[in-house]
Amino acid sequence: MKRLLLPVLLFAAFNAHAVEYGNVLADKSQLTFTSKQMGVPVDGKFGRFLAILHFDPAKPEAGTAQIEVDLASVDAGSKDANDEVLGKGWFNVKEFPKAKFVSNSVKALGNNRFEAKGQMTIKGKTRDMTVPFAYKADGANGVFEGTLPLQRTQFGIGEGAWADTSVVADEVPIKFRLVASPGAVAKK
Amino acid sequence: MTVLRYTRTAMLLHWLIAVLILGLFGLGIYMAGLPLSPQKLKLYSYHKWAGLTVLSLALLRVLWRITHKPPPLPASQPQWQQLAAHAGHGLLYVLIFAAPFSGWLMSSALGFPVVWFGVLPLPDLIDKNKELGEVLKLVHRYLNYSFLAVVIGHALAAIKHQWLDKDGTLSRMLPTLNPEENRS
Repeated sequence: MKRLLLPVLLFAAFNAHAVEYGNVLADKSQLTFTSKQMGVPVDGKFGRFLAILHFDPAKPEAGTAQIEVDLASVDAGSKDANDEVLGKGWFNVKEFPKAKFVSNSVKALGNNRFEAKGQMTIKGKTRDMTVPFAYKADGANGVFEGTLPLQRTQFGIGEGAWADTSVVADEVPIKFRLVASPGAVAKK
Repeated sequence: MTVLRYTRTAMLLHWLIAVLILGLFGLGIYMAGLPLSPQKLKLYSYHKWAGLTVLSLALLRVLWRITHKPPPLPASQPQWQQLAAHAGHGLLYVLIFAAPFSGWLMSSALGFPVVWFGVLPLPDLIDKNKELGEVLKLVHRYLNYSFLAVVIGHALAAIKHQWLDKDGTLSRMLPTLNPEENRS
């Protein structure tokens, strides 16, 4: 028993600092976006994504995040758009099935607001990105909410005739609400 | 022959709406069959902008019509034809509102809000609902096929009266250079 105690204590000590939010609660979390087509806001969402978040609001600078989005789970608002957006000119999901965001730098902005700096990789292109978010504890769960300011042309999302940002705006803000329970990532 | 004419405002509204509606019929039928492309998104937007323009012009037109009595139909027309003309006009007034309105509803249900001329967002009339949207798509289509049929009937009747009966029916809706016949 004594041999077991030390690692348990160590784990508890570690846990008290950075909480690992490994289990994103899919039914409570949302990843939505709004594309603007000819000035018309059209709502869409992603159905499948994984997130591993380490975060302690008292020590935000130690926070890390890895978020992976299954791009084939996109709903771009209509059947036509869904068929189109999976193809070569847009996400090209055959070659690049996932979008990834990795952050190792979180800054406190005050008032429960934070800023995560990291790298976004979509369609083989990696770009630096700063994502502002708000954190609150909901019981044992952590709730992370914010908007990621994505510019689609930086990643070649919408090529050829679709690159025309007067038809589909360059800015596609991605709103996220991640509700995660503490614990290591569940292996599936 | 002197004819009693519509006011110039009524004429302007009639012909402006006529041109827009004919364009909208053609554009609507053409664009619906296109594969998704930036061009298609543009055409859909133009169609919606023009359709809402028709809706607002129609509103003006009804207000004008209520406050300005139209000239009587030529007395030489048999009564059943006059009744048919009134019924046809009533139907046109219903469709002139119903057609764009069904498009607006359909757009809301399919999750595409209407932004007039790309700047003025209009409220969604109903929440997004795909099944309802698909039904409204059919409603919009068949309402407009009916509209087109009534418009063709309306035009054929006007042509028949003007050139076969020579009773000046169409002249009532055409401007004239004779200042004494003008009403403003």
